[in-house]
Amino acid sequence: MKFIVCVKQVPDTSGKVAVKADGTMDRASMAAITNPDDLNAVEAALSLKDANPEAKVVLVSMGPPPAAGMLRELLAMGCDEAILVSGREFGGSDTFATSQILAAAIAHLGLEEDDIIFCGRQAIDGDTAQVGPQIAEKLDIPQVSYAAGLELEGRTLTVKRMLEDGYMTIETRTPCLITCIKELNTPRYMTVRGILECDQKPYTVYDYEALKDEPLIEADTIGLKGSPTNVYKSFSPPVKGAGVMLEGSGKETVAKLFAALAERHII
Amino acid sequence: MKSLVYIERKDGRPVNGSLEALAAAKALGEACGVVIGAEAGAEIAPYAPVIAIDAAPACDDEVVALLEALIREKTPDAVLFSATQAGKDYAPRLAQRLGGGCVTDAMTLSAEGNALLATRPAYGGTVYEQMKVIGPVKFATVRSGCFVRPEAGEPNPVETVPLSAPGGAVKAKVVETVTEITEAIDLEGAEVIVAGGLGMGSAEGFHLVEEMAALLGGVVGASRPAIEGGWVSRAHQIGQSGKTVAPRLYIACGISGAMQHISGAMGSKYIVAVNKDPDASIFKVADVGIVGDALTILPLMMDEIRARKGL
Repeated sequence: MKFIVCVKQVPDTSGKVAVKADGTMDRASMAAITNPDDLNAVEAALSLKDANPEAKVVLVSMGPPPAAGMLRELLAMGCDEAILVSGREFGGSDTFATSQILAAAIAHLGLEEDDIIFCGRQAIDGDTAQVGPQIAEKLDIPQVSYAAGLELEGRTLTVKRMLEDGYMTIETRTPCLITCIKELNTPRYMTVRGILECDQKPYTVYDYEALKDEPLIEADTIGLKGSPTNVYKSFSPPVKGAGVMLEGSGKETVAKLFAALAERHII
Repeated sequence: MKSLVYIERKDGRPVNGSLEALAAAKALGEACGVVIGAEAGAEIAPYAPVIAIDAAPACDDEVVALLEALIREKTPDAVLFSATQAGKDYAPRLAQRLGGGCVTDAMTLSAEGNALLATRPAYGGTVYEQMKVIGPVKFATVRSGCFVRPEAGEPNPVETVPLSAPGGAVKAKVVETVTEITEAIDLEGAEVIVAGGLGMGSAEGFHLVEEMAALLGGVVGASRPAIEGGWVSRAHQIGQSGKTVAPRLYIACGISGAMQHISGAMGSKYIVAVNKDPDASIFKVADVGIVGDALTILPLMMDEIRARKGL
């Protein structure tokens, strides 16, 4: 029994987001963090392991070598193994290509009958929410998105799936893929023991050589060249000119505000 | 470019976002709506030609299977969805099955030869990306508030297509669906929105926002802290993880203006901001700003509105 967690290292966009003059992100000036929803995915796997101690929690991340630091922290939270999928052939992959590579990595690792794959709902850099659903499609396994509650009994997984105006209860069977939202749980912290032990835990790099013979991966549909979407330009959103600040905060100021609104026929 | 647009329905009506996606598709060329349920075809016909899939799918897996079968049969160049939870689930799944690119939250769309060009927000709305999408079928979810929904006209033809999902399509079974939020909130279609954030301080403070919205005949909006504080239901959330709005007047009360929120309100024609912090980023996008405590200023604003209305 394995709980496989797909994680991504992203720039921290919660604070000040640095944008270069050409509109691209100044990633170097921003802290690299674990994608927030992915931490909920890690916690989901770890708490299921608490109830099923024989299970292993295996992290899978695609990214450049510095992502190793993030994986080490997640191992210190209690995960058992980490796999970094990294190689120049994978660079520039869009969601379609990325999900194909991650699906191939999971197949290479071996997806068994009682395994569950956890993903965060979406990453805060791309904001697409595409990769989780696409990995499940590629592996041809059941998927449930927006999980806010989980219950595992034998091979049956019951999921509370949040909707815009309520929730659904969904029943599925392992192996399956679940995308997690922050309502699902509160991620635990690293422990001292975890930090001491994390360097002894298995850590493997899958490069293109390792995955190229997997049936789910094709040389011409990965990387920048094989991706069906390409970002050819990025820019800062047009900002409207700063408006008028009204002095004071009393009755007269409010009267001035409404006079301005009335003048423009807004009210 | 020939497009199909999946029309999502709620309470027996097409959702606004789907009609906006239809407008986006019309600008690309030949456009046809796709709706599930034979009886629903007539609802969409005033806006565009429509294909009504005569089936009653029990869950998302079946909807995806039906759409896959229809796309394979009709071979459109592009398939558009509204960027709702359902649209954002279906589009990438179908893109993976059919081998095409998929863009999330498209704000603009245009055709360039056989490719689809799109603008979309990334990094919580701090950057806009221009994207080229290729593939046998291109997929996009369309952000609400970015296209003007078409006017209803004379009914267009309805083609009813009997389809059934292949056996084994259902991999995740829906046991029950619970609706927790029954109030009808039309933030996307609102002319006036009064939104509150952390600065409202409490559920009681947030009540002022609700009161003012009612007084102006507007809709209540909220930023994330107000939702997390439990002051108002998440159906009111505006921003990257909530709704994208474009009202005539947006009044932001006690909202600091994190990009994640602003990105959902940028389309507003006129923004009024009230916040204690003179350096709050909301003032950078506001047309008019007042520095002060929303808890004391909102009652003054309501007095003024009542006076103007002669109440």
